[in-house]
Amino acid sequence: MSEQPRRRALGFLERWLVFAGAVVVWEIVTRISDSVFFPPPSKIVQFCAELWFVAEPTQLFLADTVYEDILPSLARALGGWLITAVVGISLGLALGRSRIAYEYLNPLVTFLRSVPPPALIPVFMVAFGIGAQMQIATIVFGALWPVLLNSVDGARSVDRVKTDTARSFRISRTEWIRMVVFPAALPKIFAGLRTSLAISLILMVMSELVSSNHGIGYRIQLSQNTFSFDTMWAWLVLLGALGYLLNNALLALERRMLGWQPKREAAPATAKAGG
Amino acid sequence: MRSALRGAIGVAGFLLLWEAAGHAGFAPQNLFPPVSMVFARLGELLATEEFLREIIATVLAWLIALAVATGIAVPLGLLLGSYPAVRRATKVLVEFIRPVPPVALIPLLIVLIGNGPETKISLAVFGALWPILFNTIYALDELEPMYVETARSFGLGRAAIMTRVALPNALPFIFTGVRISASIALILVISVELRGGGTAGIGYWMLGVSQGIRQMDLVLAGTLVAGVIGLLSNYGLEWLQRRLFGWNEIAQEAR
Amino acid sequence: MTTMLEVSDLGHTYGSGDTAYTAISDLSFTVETGELTCIVGPSGCGKSTLLRAIAGLHTPTGGTVRLKGETVAGVPEDLAVVFQDYSRSLFPWLTVRDNVEFPLRSRGVSADDRASRAAEALEWVGLGKAGKKYPWQLSGGMQQRVSIARALACRPSLLLMDEPFASVDAQTRFELEDLLLRVRRELNATVLLVTHDIDESVYLGDRVLVLSKPPATVVAELPVDLPPVRDQITTRESDAFVSLRSEVARLLHGKEPATRSAPQVTSEAAGTGDQGVHVADGGTPKGQRTVTAPKNRRNGAGGKGRKKHMKTKKKRGVTVQRPR
Repeated sequence: MSEQPRRRALGFLERWLVFAGAVVVWEIVTRISDSVFFPPPSKIVQFCAELWFVAEPTQLFLADTVYEDILPSLARALGGWLITAVVGISLGLALGRSRIAYEYLNPLVTFLRSVPPPALIPVFMVAFGIGAQMQIATIVFGALWPVLLNSVDGARSVDRVKTDTARSFRISRTEWIRMVVFPAALPKIFAGLRTSLAISLILMVMSELVSSNHGIGYRIQLSQNTFSFDTMWAWLVLLGALGYLLNNALLALERRMLGWQPKREAAPATAKAGG
Repeated sequence: MRSALRGAIGVAGFLLLWEAAGHAGFAPQNLFPPVSMVFARLGELLATEEFLREIIATVLAWLIALAVATGIAVPLGLLLGSYPAVRRATKVLVEFIRPVPPVALIPLLIVLIGNGPETKISLAVFGALWPILFNTIYALDELEPMYVETARSFGLGRAAIMTRVALPNALPFIFTGVRISASIALILVISVELRGGGTAGIGYWMLGVSQGIRQMDLVLAGTLVAGVIGLLSNYGLEWLQRRLFGWNEIAQEAR
Repeated sequence: MTTMLEVSDLGHTYGSGDTAYTAISDLSFTVETGELTCIVGPSGCGKSTLLRAIAGLHTPTGGTVRLKGETVAGVPEDLAVVFQDYSRSLFPWLTVRDNVEFPLRSRGVSADDRASRAAEALEWVGLGKAGKKYPWQLSGGMQQRVSIARALACRPSLLLMDEPFASVDAQTRFELEDLLLRVRRELNATVLLVTHDIDESVYLGDRVLVLSKPPATVVAELPVDLPPVRDQITTRESDAFVSLRSEVARLLHGKEPATRSAPQVTSEAAGTGDQGVHVADGGTPKGQRTVTAPKNRRNGAGGKGRKKHMKTKKKRGVTVQRPR
């Protein structure tokens, strides 16, 4: 058991060493090439500080743009994603447990999920005009499918013995969904949620790039128009950091909720084949 | 048989509902057209050469991007995958690069490369690179040591083991990566077109009809076409994978 | 004694037309309250079909099942099942204790009662300390004990067991068999156990029902005249045990039962004349088993009936039903 924390610490160290090394290389290369389009990371960080932080305690030392661009963008992306999660999981579990309903809807779902999500932006732009409504509709419709299909798959993974067990003990309907179907589907659901989160962020940026008057995507577009590439890179770094943080937060939640799963190292070799 | 019938009923029911809702007058028909109108418009569009050109522009850019991405990612993956240290470093770097949504790079690319088809192809290549690269590296990770031992016992050298053992063994994994990349590449091509990078393509066309007067029937016709392209690419690659690697269980699993 | 379970003319046919397959037909038997009845039959003879019908998990195409006099339609409340495949029957996302408590939730048992009943049931099966673990952290035998505890915690009138010990190794199987005997004695439970293992059916049962190949019917019904307290070594080497298992083996193979003289088969003979004893896919030769019995079994109460039993040569009333 003492091996594990040590290995984890080593992995952590290795990861950030590689990262630091890459940043140093990036710094050197950009300084040598001296390109307008690719500022060195040290400069980007400086711009980040100037962009987002102010000496104003009343707004928690955060610049206006944090409240006017970053938070609204995040709220839309996460809000859309949450709606996606609720709709996708409940609909997916229902479809996964009802063969007939699934057969009726399968071709329709197959087509809808094949539509490249950005192609939905013009549709909702015409329907709702520019604004949060259009963005959230795009995110919900575009990011729904991974959660939905993974939930269907997960719900189907409840095997015959478990169904028989639950029935023979006369498990109530709610307990059956809450304590059997849902946890059985959870590993798959999380896989779907992660993909959907990535799609939500993409669609958030994309819809803001195409048409909006505020938000992270809008700021990136604006810095292109004004040829301020340092600013643009600052926003790109922010996007990367947000994506990284959100994804890791989701992973942490996943590890917590799937704590019951056998750890890979600890599991006997046969567990893989048997599971 | 019964499931196909049910599926058809499901689609028909959806279309009928849509048609009825379109006529019910919840919203003006230019915002919410009945499905018959959308199909009529689609029929007209498909008869025009310009529209077909837009479709071809998109599909061609997508195919080129996918081919280039595969051409870069597979050899690179084989190279990186052969050295455990490099393999781990790559994984770490990608972990930091991946969270940046590639679409955010569109404005930068438009300035750097311009408005030609190169822009959308470059971005699609960039986005499509990772899944293929990763699956190639992972496939080498998973290579059964027994195969290598066997090959070595027959006197095969390092290069021969790579081309005759490791690569064939990795191919189904790699192909799964290609399938994931295909949908990413399509998303990115259409995204660049929507952002006005490129002067042709289905996304560019949709952007045009969605501005000015609201013509939902045209927009939806464009969405249908995009959906069909997506559907065909999914099915085409799935079919190809089954043909090529029917013997492999991953081929089934990846569905 | 009252009748707990009454199965009459039970039959089940899968599919229809040319592909129809009759798994069981005209099955009739009863289980009395407090009795442990074993059903033994060749692999794939429809034992599971029978058990699922009794549990109300599927509706048989013919015949009726009555539990405590009431016709079974749907899963009856008063029943619990232990399945062969414990790894799938336990819920991996629930701890051992939550697994045991789980069925009680749907029965409106309060949280406190649930906890105490689960603790009690785990104590019965010797897993009082494992409540906080997850099933995968336990060995196969321990996992099956958890499912037994889960079934017992429901305090069922009838406990159904579907090949409960078929997926554990031989040593663990002995332990679990003795555990079942002890627990059911202590709780005076009514148990119907399905197995393909002849020795197990004789060792565990108060009565053995022998099924034929499909379409399965009851070929014979043998009372087991072994003392209630049994022991893996002495019981298995007793004349009564040996002759009974030979009897069951013959019945399973569709041969006439041996002339009912005093059993002359010794344990050596059983070891050599082994061909008849294997019904199905068992691993080790059953005749050798007595030699490899585990040293520290859970059941220490074996000694009592031993001597007395060696002398038992009671004539058994064997009712033989010919397959139609």
